[in-house]
Amino acid sequence: MKTYEQINDRIASGKAVVLTADEIMDYVDKKGLEAAAKEVDIVTTATFGPMCSSGCFLNFGHSKPRIRMSEAWIADVLVYTGLAAVDVYLGCTELRHGDPANMYPPGEFRYGGGHVIEDLVAGKTLQLFALSYGTDCYPLREIRTYFTIDDLNQAIMVNPRNCYQNYNVAINRSDRTIYTYMGRLDPHQKNGNYCSAGQLSPLLNDPYYETIGVGTRVWLAGAHGHVYAEGTQHAGGVGRTPDGVPTGGSGTLALTGDMKQMRKEFVRGVSFSGYGVSLALGIGIPIPILNEEVLRRTCVRDRDILAPVVDYGSDYPQNTGNVICHVNYEQLRTGQIQVHDETVEVGSLSSYYKALEVANLLADEIRRGEFLLAAPITPLRRDTKMKPLVKREPPR
Amino acid sequence: MNDDTVTKKLMFYFPRCECDKPIVYHLVKDHHLIVNIYRAKVTPEEEGYLVLDVTGTEQAIQGAIDFVKTFNVTVNYSGKGVALDEERCSHCGYCIPYCPPGALKISDCATRKVAYNESECIECLACIRICPFGACTSAF
Ligand code: SF4
Ligand code: SF4
Repeated sequence: MKTYEQINDRIASGKAVVLTADEIMDYVDKKGLEAAAKEVDIVTTATFGPMCSSGCFLNFGHSKPRIRMSEAWIADVLVYTGLAAVDVYLGCTELRHGDPANMYPPGEFRYGGGHVIEDLVAGKTLQLFALSYGTDCYPLREIRTYFTIDDLNQAIMVNPRNCYQNYNVAINRSDRTIYTYMGRLDPHQKNGNYCSAGQLSPLLNDPYYETIGVGTRVWLAGAHGHVYAEGTQHAGGVGRTPDGVPTGGSGTLALTGDMKQMRKEFVRGVSFSGYGVSLALGIGIPIPILNEEVLRRTCVRDRDILAPVVDYGSDYPQNTGNVICHVNYEQLRTGQIQVHDETVEVGSLSSYYKALEVANLLADEIRRGEFLLAAPITPLRRDTKMKPLVKREPPR
Repeated sequence: MNDDTVTKKLMFYFPRCECDKPIVYHLVKDHHLIVNIYRAKVTPEEEGYLVLDVTGTEQAIQGAIDFVKTFNVTVNYSGKGVALDEERCSHCGYCIPYCPPGALKISDCATRKVAYNESECIECLACIRICPFGACTSAF
């Protein structure tokens, strides 16, 4: 048994033993659970992939004369201004003004909120254009100016939903090609896509949220951020394997971090032809090895993780809840899965390569004593289910 | 002299299109090459691009290249029609099932690094529309 304080002391003195979630299984197989639990202080987990519920709050400071922005665009991407005068929220799936979207399908969606966030972190100069109705205290009615992230007072990433614990494998059983947030899906289940770091993914290494909760310090694209709430659509009460691994979406995290500390290679705008834009993020979360049970759960392997195969040609858009079958990540990693005796080629939207890079960067920071752990202040709920949106008649 | 036949993938760039000249015909007829054209384009600026495989002896291929160069052509031996920007690629692997010849594939099972083998690319351009990160680009 170890405490957060003991582990942080070891980190601070540069003595912490850190392994990645990719290395820990073989280590435990070799050393045995008991000995390894004594020796290892932290296992680093990570993920890198598109996470659509991401965005940031920006504060521009005040112009002379002042303006209370009531509509604003950064690089022609609309931001939300229903806040104080010069605070805005930029969401990563917002399209650039004038983007034809899917008018001539499949649209290209070359630039949007995610790309603005990437450009901000990369230090590029961007245009701000804002309008206002004008008030006595904020007389300016219009401003067009150019800025970089360094000109902003704050640029705080606030992502209501990141790090889905597990995710669907999308296929398409209809007879036409479809364009989805899970990529291009060819008809008659010709191909499929999945999106998880599997055995490296944070919440799959802590399936019961024993160490990851509200307040946990995380590595958010290089910044030291934290979990500020349970993520939207968090549903801890889903079906699980005997080892606790959820067999569907399940847990999610709401994360925040200072964009000024982020590294551009882990903040990447993405375009999905025929669907839209988003933001791919690299996230690392350390798991303190408090006891043998916590360690045992970090030894989850791709073959232990089951993902539901869902038909995005009909069941997903119609929200029927049907699952065709389950496949494990070891099968997915081969690039082919079997769906009702048919071979389906599969690709990944999430990058294991980048996730591994994040897990190693975080491990190195901890070893150097630069990243201390924060114990959760509130655990994530384990009993919640996802509620649907019900279409009701107007109340009388 | 070496009579072994080899196959080389080349890209010809014509700063000024020579559409009226049957260049490929001469490669076959005079230089005895087997030619497999992947992609050819004349731009509105009247530049010409041609990506092709040529099969023949080293000597015949060199002769053909010398002939082509008389048309003020740039011959690219590497850096052909489709390029992968290593900086932009996230190595997600999403493009892999869409790449018909397997030119994009996982090069290392442990790290799942994605590699692009240019010589296998048939220039179908599928990856350019597919890659969410804009890592695949076409020279023309
Ligand atoms: S889809 Fe793009 S980013 Fe992903 S591996 Fe292919 S080229 Fe790289
Ligand atoms: S152009 Fe076609 S063949 Fe070449 S790498 Fe892209 S998908 Fe593969």
